[in-house]
Amino acid sequence: MDGRRDVGGGRRRRFVNAPEAVPPTGAEPGLLCYPRPVATGGALLEETPPLELYARGATTPLAPVEVDERAARQSLRDQIARLESELASLFCSTYPRQGFDWAVASRGGPRVLGLSELERVRDQLLVRLDQNRRLLSEQTQVEQDNRCLIEEMMLEPARYKWQRVGNSDIGEPGCKHWHVTPRWGVLGMLMNWWRVKISSGCPLAGGRSHTLRPRPHR
Amino acid sequence: MSTPTIVRGWVDAGLAEEFPHLALRQMVVPARPGRSPRAVKDRLRTMSDRFTGGRAVNLRQQPIPWAYRVFFRQIGIDPDDHRTPVEGLALERMVHGGFRSQGLPRDAVVIATVETGVALMAFDADRVAGTLGVRLSRDGERLGPEGGLLPARRMVVADDSEVVAVLFGDSAPEREVTSGTRRVLLAAVQVKGVPEVSVEEAMWTAAETLEGADAGVS
Repeated sequence: MDGRRDVGGGRRRRFVNAPEAVPPTGAEPGLLCYPRPVATGGALLEETPPLELYARGATTPLAPVEVDERAARQSLRDQIARLESELASLFCSTYPRQGFDWAVASRGGPRVLGLSELERVRDQLLVRLDQNRRLLSEQTQVEQDNRCLIEEMMLEPARYKWQRVGNSDIGEPGCKHWHVTPRWGVLGMLMNWWRVKISSGCPLAGGRSHTLRPRPHR
Repeated sequence: MSTPTIVRGWVDAGLAEEFPHLALRQMVVPARPGRSPRAVKDRLRTMSDRFTGGRAVNLRQQPIPWAYRVFFRQIGIDPDDHRTPVEGLALERMVHGGFRSQGLPRDAVVIATVETGVALMAFDADRVAGTLGVRLSRDGERLGPEGGLLPARRMVVADDSEVVAVLFGDSAPEREVTSGTRRVLLAAVQVKGVPEVSVEEAMWTAAETLEGADAGVS
């Protein structure tokens, strides 16, 4: 034996007490170590893999690369289309509720938007969508509570004296409202006779009121 | 009288690469601008009755108005600030309580736009040189010979010589239809999501309204 002991079998062999593997000539510690031709200047740069060059902190300027951004712009336009679709359906879901902001500002007129401008539009749409979804979620929770309140008012009017809930409070169009009032006025108040009055809705369109017309001079 | 035909307008190569579905269709129709005949006014009134608030709210979820909204976003216009043609008309209907007759060919364009959702424009055909197309504005270009200076690289509708209108915006006063117009050039802007058949329907609707009115007058 020459000081080396074979502990492996088959093809893979490891040698105990063998000297540590030494990088091939020309390689630096910490880099990929495999035999390569040693050269200087341009020859080395040409044959060295880019990863290795990056690790060595090569300062040679790279040739400018022209990137075709059209595909990226197209992708952003598709994203804008999807977001606009979601925003449109959210807009219809929120009607007739008030207090939503739908504006996504764009200035400058019709033009081919660059990558950053498209990204800005996309991000603004996303923010608007997120804000309005959250607001709608909060409002629907309040509306659900108001619906429950109407049910409770109907069951026990005396517990909800003078309470008034309108259609706008439950997210519906129209002027209908539920109002807890005493039956027979003061007598009802004294006797604790309460009831829910449901309005008949919006007043009918009746043209201009006669009070708006100028009075004839006498 | 020869049957009018729909001609495909040109789109600048750079724009066509960015927006492959952008197209301009045009058609020349003999017409005499002026007050709309009773039949056209009746049609507007019927349309007003059919166009309810619910339909106006849901407009942006319909495919063609939605396609224009998306395109507006993609070219840097806020459709809630600068309305798409059909949404602008819907707003007008809500504000005024109906589609008001403003004479021909405006009424014909309104009827076609509301019925199909397609964006239509009308010019004096005898004051347009060659075929209309869509391109980007050049440095120092004006909207018509005496119009305001246009910012560079805006999307415009132009004829063979100069800018006729800003895309979905103002048109050059010299090219607009006047009382002396004898032939009206109808142009429809087609964007991604607007089917060919809808564009053709819009153009034929406007053309038939104009021709019908013309026959009625003469």
